[in-house]
Amino acid sequence: MTGRVVALVANPTRAVYAALIATLAIGWALVAFDGGTFTLNDLVGIQQRSAALGIVAIGQTLAILAGSLDLSVAYLISLVSLVAAETMAGQSSNILTAVVVALGVSALVGLVNGVVITKLKVHAFIATLGVALVIRGVLDHLYDGPAGRVPVEFQQLGYSRVGPVPVAAILWAAVAVGVWFLLRRTRFGNRVYAVGGDVEVARLSGVRTDRVVIAAHVLCSLCAGVAGLLLASRLGAGAPTVGTDGGYDLESIAAVVLGGTALAGGRGGVAGTVGGVLLLAVLDSVFNQLEVNSFFKDVVRGVVIVVAVAVYARRTGRRAS
Amino acid sequence: MKRAIPIFVVLAGLLVAIAAANPFFLEPAGFLAFLKRVAPLAILAAGQYFVIVSGEFDLSVGSLVTVEVVVAARLIDGDEAMTWPVLALLVVIGLLVGLVNGLVTTRLRVPSFITTLGAMLILSGAVFLWTGGAPRGALSQGFRVFGREGVWAVAILAVVVVAAVLLMRADFGRTLVAAGDNEKAARLSGVRVDRVRVFAFMLSGLSAAVAGILLGGFAGVSAQVGQSLEFQAITAVVLGGVVLGGGRGHVVAAIAGAFTLEALFTLLNLHGISGALEYAVQGVIIIAAVAVGGLRLPALRLTPSKV
Repeated sequence: MTGRVVALVANPTRAVYAALIATLAIGWALVAFDGGTFTLNDLVGIQQRSAALGIVAIGQTLAILAGSLDLSVAYLISLVSLVAAETMAGQSSNILTAVVVALGVSALVGLVNGVVITKLKVHAFIATLGVALVIRGVLDHLYDGPAGRVPVEFQQLGYSRVGPVPVAAILWAAVAVGVWFLLRRTRFGNRVYAVGGDVEVARLSGVRTDRVVIAAHVLCSLCAGVAGLLLASRLGAGAPTVGTDGGYDLESIAAVVLGGTALAGGRGGVAGTVGGVLLLAVLDSVFNQLEVNSFFKDVVRGVVIVVAVAVYARRTGRRAS
Repeated sequence: MKRAIPIFVVLAGLLVAIAAANPFFLEPAGFLAFLKRVAPLAILAAGQYFVIVSGEFDLSVGSLVTVEVVVAARLIDGDEAMTWPVLALLVVIGLLVGLVNGLVTTRLRVPSFITTLGAMLILSGAVFLWTGGAPRGALSQGFRVFGREGVWAVAILAVVVVAAVLLMRADFGRTLVAAGDNEKAARLSGVRVDRVRVFAFMLSGLSAAVAGILLGGFAGVSAQVGQSLEFQAITAVVLGGVVLGGGRGHVVAAIAGAFTLEALFTLLNLHGISGALEYAVQGVIIIAAVAVGGLRLPALRLTPSKV
């Protein structure tokens, strides 16, 4: 029995899903004990809420696997929501243009992040923090509050469902499967792991490491852009604080690490991140049902993240020794 | 120390530019006001320096500053007699948070980015859970004097600078830099890497306590008092030419980085670029400074080998 438990925890992806199932079971029991019920509707709500964070975290996984990280996603999400909503201006005929422009802006920000990190050799932490500040300055300068309007058709993205499944969740799943395929089944994926594992070794084996890091950052920013579009569709407008209010920068990094991806890069993957995001969302949902104080939620979230990473660290440490 | 020369040049340039735009800056009162404003960030930068040079991060200092101020306000609640006991408690809290950060990072081998990110969530959650969502109580006059009176703030800053320099010259400083430069080599040559790192985190916690005491007096009690100070402190240290990842950089340069950042804010304000675009300018300058610093490093390293 203990052998089985050890085997279960030995793989972080499996561990996070085990924790997810345990949290769901315990949460369900607690909510039932509290006199409430945990229904299918709540499960749908969980998917709805976690879709935006989930998409950002998938992108963040790419950046972290490549040995980098991205602190600019939160402000980028706000910027994209505004760009999209203003380009649409309430007209359904503008949707396609707006999506293209929004993703173009995202890709550009990712390109800047990647180029600053690889060509100017600025540490990713400082580079993306600096880019975040630049976007923040632009946002504060141009916008005082919500702006633009999203047509009803585009709002379907945020609210409509196919059967019991929200469209947002389908979008999240599509992004996850796409990036999973990219990482596991393509040469680019191998290179991301190689660069994140040891950049010098990757370079000496003929990988153009700079290109890989830049591409990872472009894809990471594109994911943040998709999340920005999703949030704009939900709000019906663009908002300069939608990204930072959600804390998408640090929260997405936390979700990635909770999913077992090593912060140093080169180890982990999309499946774990999805589990990490779901775990955070289930915790959130259970606390909401129990009407727990939101500050207590922060405390628990902090403890969960640190404990999870400590457990993973024990495992890798044993293997090394 | 050679790496630090650019930051002092930039700082001098900024100070001259400020003085040119606002002659009041040159008068003792004007300069004292500037020093008073810099003191909290400069102290945080000194604390953050120890952690960064040992190869780690401390993202928890912003929340810790908020915790210190909110705890002080609730416990003192306007009662002068409580001032000194609470001051002592604040220092203990700072050291304790640093100790926990350090132990979790070194013993449980959690990357410090995650440890201190978790600490950030736990600290701000816990303190507002305790006070019911918003700061309560009030600080005493005896408490506020440290942050309000320029002389006190400058004296505390001076003590911190001297202590930091002495620490870095002692064995502790050398082992700290060795641990950050090459952990394995340091360990093999007998450095107790874990112990010096824990001590570095405690110094960072202590600096947050002192910065909190100053900010409580200077800015008053609010839930936002420590917001994003961790990023500002890290930025200041990096501006001072200290390398993220550890092993390189001088503590005085890190403190000069904090002065530079604050001087930059002052100058931008003087020229009417306040609030909004300030962030954009700050972002560009940080990236540029680190990029230039990175390009200069190889050139400086080559000089001795040529001689």
